[in-house]
Amino acid sequence: MTTTPITQGLVCPVPHRESERVLLGHGSGGKLSAALLRDRFLPHLANPALAALGDAALVVVRGNELAVSTDTFVVSPIEFPGGNIGSLAVHGTLNDLAMMGAEPICLSAGFILEEGLPFDVLERVVAAMGAAARAVGVPVVTGDTKVVERGKADRMFINTTGLGLRRAGGGPAPDKARPGDRVLVSGPIGRHGMAIMAEREGIGFESKIESDSAALWPLVQPLLERLGPDLHVLRDPTRGGVASALNEIAAASRVGVTLEDGVIPVPAAVAAACEMLGLDPLYVANEGIFTAFVAAERAEEALGLVRSHPLGAEAAIIGQVTNDHPGFVILRTGLGGTRVVDLLPGDQLPRIC
Amino acid sequence: MKYLTEYRDPVVARALLARIKSTATRRWVLMEVCGGQTHTIVKQGLDELLEDAVEMIHGPGCPVCVTPLEQIDKALQVAARPDVIFTSFGDMLRVPGSDCDLLQVRARGGQVRIVYSPLDAVELARKNPDKQVVFFAVGFETTAPANAMAVWRARQLGVRNFSVLVSHVTVPPAMCAMLDAPDNRVQGFLAAGHVCTVMGWREYEPIAARYRVPIVVTGFEPLDILEGICLAVAQLEAGRHEVENQYVRAVRRDGTVPARHLVEEVFQLVDRKWRGIGEIPRSGLGLRAEYADFDAEIRFGLTEVTQEESGECRAGDVLRGQLKPFQCPAFGTRCTPERPLGAPMVSSEGACAAYYNYGRFRQAHAVSGTTP
Amino acid sequence: MCLGIPGRVVDVRDDLGLAMGTVDFGGIRREVCLAYVAGEVKPDDYVVVHVGFAISMVDEAEARRTFEVLREMSQLEELDWMREVADRSLDPLGGPAA
Repeated sequence: MTTTPITQGLVCPVPHRESERVLLGHGSGGKLSAALLRDRFLPHLANPALAALGDAALVVVRGNELAVSTDTFVVSPIEFPGGNIGSLAVHGTLNDLAMMGAEPICLSAGFILEEGLPFDVLERVVAAMGAAARAVGVPVVTGDTKVVERGKADRMFINTTGLGLRRAGGGPAPDKARPGDRVLVSGPIGRHGMAIMAEREGIGFESKIESDSAALWPLVQPLLERLGPDLHVLRDPTRGGVASALNEIAAASRVGVTLEDGVIPVPAAVAAACEMLGLDPLYVANEGIFTAFVAAERAEEALGLVRSHPLGAEAAIIGQVTNDHPGFVILRTGLGGTRVVDLLPGDQLPRIC
Repeated sequence: MKYLTEYRDPVVARALLARIKSTATRRWVLMEVCGGQTHTIVKQGLDELLEDAVEMIHGPGCPVCVTPLEQIDKALQVAARPDVIFTSFGDMLRVPGSDCDLLQVRARGGQVRIVYSPLDAVELARKNPDKQVVFFAVGFETTAPANAMAVWRARQLGVRNFSVLVSHVTVPPAMCAMLDAPDNRVQGFLAAGHVCTVMGWREYEPIAARYRVPIVVTGFEPLDILEGICLAVAQLEAGRHEVENQYVRAVRRDGTVPARHLVEEVFQLVDRKWRGIGEIPRSGLGLRAEYADFDAEIRFGLTEVTQEESGECRAGDVLRGQLKPFQCPAFGTRCTPERPLGAPMVSSEGACAAYYNYGRFRQAHAVSGTTP
Repeated sequence: MCLGIPGRVVDVRDDLGLAMGTVDFGGIRREVCLAYVAGEVKPDDYVVVHVGFAISMVDEAEARRTFEVLREMSQLEELDWMREVADRSLDPLGGPAA
């Protein structure tokens, strides 16, 4: 068999230009998102409360710590197994407050509706929103509605802003992780993202995967009360998944995180869907779980407390914090090997290989 | 999941590792051809665990990585057209062309959609008769039957607004090109399990005989890879050079005959350029004349755009196993997954991306002398 | 070239001349084209699926047989290892293990 000798040596495209426009990846919660925030927003909006980049901002008002969090929900499809954009909009913002250790007080809700949206769809979304808010006793006290022309909004976008109150003395924060801390996850991972993926046109598989969208304050409050300052960090791993959340904390706290492969809870259906598409559950979005960094000596106690609540029945300790490899999240595989769990540049893409 | 997760059993894996180490009397150099196998090796840290017994060189088994620049540029050209819905497998979207990538074309207003199966693209064409739907038919022999069926199905259903942009490559000519290179170090191969599921292993028999290298058809789970390596090492120690099948649960010597037949009906062998390697004669698949009406290159008059590929990407050397990704001067600094210089850093299967994401930490420790 | 997942065939049907079926992958299900295994496939068989196509049957008998071989081998390796450890624990001067 004759072949052409491989003599072309170094062949490569012209180096990739910086993107001059916003890409979908900028919204994925990975490196592009971080860069967008750092390069496009912070330079113009800098202030100490923002710079902390917590799940909610803390503003001191005459001696009280007020927590403020805002989130805009653009999920598509707007209705999915386990919820809709309305319930998600309530849970998401309330959870951001909860992650700062703030008791939620009230919410606002702003709607952008696409011309032509059927009323029965709107009805279902707002009903779910109301039910979610009532379930945790947090009223939606103010709101706004705008309508845009057909094609300018993917059916509906919702922004919710939440106000919470935090007791003096501080609370969990992303930079408080310490070597020796145990990393706890309150439930199985990957449900929300795969529930959404199942509905996507062109991917579509039948599954019993339901979004885990839920308000976490009822689970977080007893944990805060019992553990006090031994509860170092709380974070809900939304877009970008557990991997992204842990990377952000490792960076903020300047510590290393080591995870054990075998103990991370992944529902069988989520694992199967990820296998099918070549996705890693560690990067899939969640809307009803949190990760917690707890002082080592209180970890078992924390686990017991979380597990005693229905939402936390499958909680597990999945790793710990170390002095080694600061800023890196490392996974120990069942075979005794290790690998780095890094931030992805943008969204995970289904692969064929 | 049955027939999948059992092949990750750590007890059996450790036993296989022990067997490999006790069988090898010297350090052998093996190449795994397929990107999915590279993924498992790096993800499970197998190359680290094998260190003294076997050196694994990562072959050009990532169809995304080796898709020639010209084909990417044609894809970008056609995707930018307002009358076109461009469909593709997910992993093609971030591969850099001369100017940008498919994600950026989408940001600029092009209609670009991910599909899981080529038949979804045909269905999209049926549902959108006023648009042209183009499918990026990329892959090795594993994917050729699916792409062939999409074309066949479009003809059968009379879906005239569907076409394919073809960039298929085949494995055996690439293996021979590796073996023919004067600086070749590869002593044995793990052949790509799913390519062989379709094609069988007959065409590897003359290669093993001519070049005197063992070729073990291997699966993708950790136990498959380890067992494949075990069989290859045993052959090398015994001085044998045969084709052996580790992936018995999925591969037969003749492959899947109906799949091969349809591929032969729809496609023909053509010369193909491999990005980072160069042209390998009769190493690609293109549409036969009888199916030319489904060829997007003809339908859209896609001009041949030859660009000067220059720059510091050492993709070619990495793909040929001459360089480990972390030995490239640009690795992790000027070339990262967010700003890739070359395809192996973009594709989630590319050797560079695998190393960047999984292995970079270990190498940092190797350089600094600390233990991970 | 690679991502092929084994799944269990739930049903086989004809979709306008193309053999299609529902395949179950550990709890999730998807439509899969069964044209390439149409001659042999029936419900409850396992197939390898790549990009929505069954590219081959899973040979369950072979899978079972070779997995048993692997299992046995790993048990032998464990026995060898245990024997090695036992030898090493003996006092070099010939006394009983410490």
